Amino acid sequence: MNPDLTSIWVYLSTSPLMWLAATLLAYQLALALHVRARANPLVNPVMIAVAILVGLLALTGTPYKHYFDGAQFVHFLLGPATVALAIPLYQQLAKLKRHWLAFLVGTVAGSATAVVTAMGIAWLLGASPAVVLSLAPKSVTTPIAMGIAEKIGGLPSLTAVLVIVTGIIGASLAQFIMPRIRVRDDSISGFAMGVTAHGLGTARAFQVSAEMGAFAGLAMGVTGALTAVLLPLALKLLGMI
Amino acid sequence: MINTFVILLLFQLVGEVIAHGFSLPVPGPVIGMLLLLIYLMVKPDAAQKLAPTANGLLRHLSILFVPAGVGVMLHGQRIADEWLPIVVSLVVSTVLGMVATALTIKWLQK
Repeated sequence: MNPDLTSIWVYLSTSPLMWLAATLLAYQLALALHVRARANPLVNPVMIAVAILVGLLALTGTPYKHYFDGAQFVHFLLGPATVALAIPLYQQLAKLKRHWLAFLVGTVAGSATAVVTAMGIAWLLGASPAVVLSLAPKSVTTPIAMGIAEKIGGLPSLTAVLVIVTGIIGASLAQFIMPRIRVRDDSISGFAMGVTAHGLGTARAFQVSAEMGAFAGLAMGVTGALTAVLLPLALKLLGMI
Repeated sequence: MINTFVILLLFQLVGEVIAHGFSLPVPGPVIGMLLLLIYLMVKPDAAQKLAPTANGLLRHLSILFVPAGVGVMLHGQRIADEWLPIVVSLVVSTVLGMVATALTIKWLQK
C-alpha cells in the first residue's frame, strides 16, 4: 500500500464506521443470495453474512473485539427489538388467553427435550465437559443463554455462537418439520420455533406470517425466563454442577 | 418513528432497572416486553401508533444476530476439534425440541 492508502486504512480501521458498514453490506449481499435461491430457508442469510465477515476479518487480520466495536450498534438493537415483540403479541392476545396452558406445558416439554438431548448426545459422542455445559442453554436468546452458561460453568462466548447456530438450524428446518408432523396452525409452529430457535426462529416466523412471528416471540420470552430459573436448579439437583 | 423508538427504549430501560434491581435471571428487554404488553392492554390505542416502526424493526430481526454470530471466530480451534458432537447435538436436539413443543400443544388444544 502506498502511504496515503495506509493512512486511510489506519483511520478507517479505528473508527466504528467501517465494520458497521461491512456488517450491513454483508447482510444485504446475503439477503440478495437468499432471494436468488427463491427464499430457500437452507440458504440462511445470517449464516452467509457471518461467513463473509469472518472471511473479511481473517483476510485483514482484524481481531473480533475490534470488529465488535463497530458492529455493536447493530447488536444493540436486539434490546429494543425484543421490547417491540409486545406489539404483535398484543394483537394475538385473544388466542393466547384461550390456550395459555397448552402453550406453557408445550414450552416445558420442548425445552426439556432440547436440553436433555443436546447434552446427552454431545456427552455420548465424546464432547468435553465445557462444551456439554455450553450446549445446555443453546435454545434461549443470546443474553439469557450467556448468563446461564456463566452460572453453570460453560463458556459464555461459545454459548453465544451455539445459540446462533441453533437459531439458524431451527429457522431453516422448521418449514420441513411442521408439515411432516401435521402441524398446520401458524400459532403452534411459530411457538415451537420460538421455544427451540429463539430470535432467529422468530425472525423466520415473521417472514411467514404476523401470527407465527407473534407466537414465536412470545415463546422466546417464556422459554428464556423458564430456562434461566429452572436449568441451573435442575443441574444442581442432579449433581452435575 | 422517533416516538416509537423513545417508547421502546424507555420500556427497555425500566426493564433493565427492574432486572438488575431485583437481580432477576431474566434480561431487561424481556421484562420491558412484558411491561409494554401490559401497557397495551391498558391503552389499546397505542398499539396502532407503535406498529409501523415496531414491525419495521422486527422484519429485519435476523441481521441483529450477525455481530454475535461472527464471534464464531473466537472458538475456531475448539469447534474444529469437537465439530461432530456439536453439530449432531445441535441438529438432533433442535428438531426433537421443535417436534415435542408442537405436538404437546396440538394435543392439549384438542
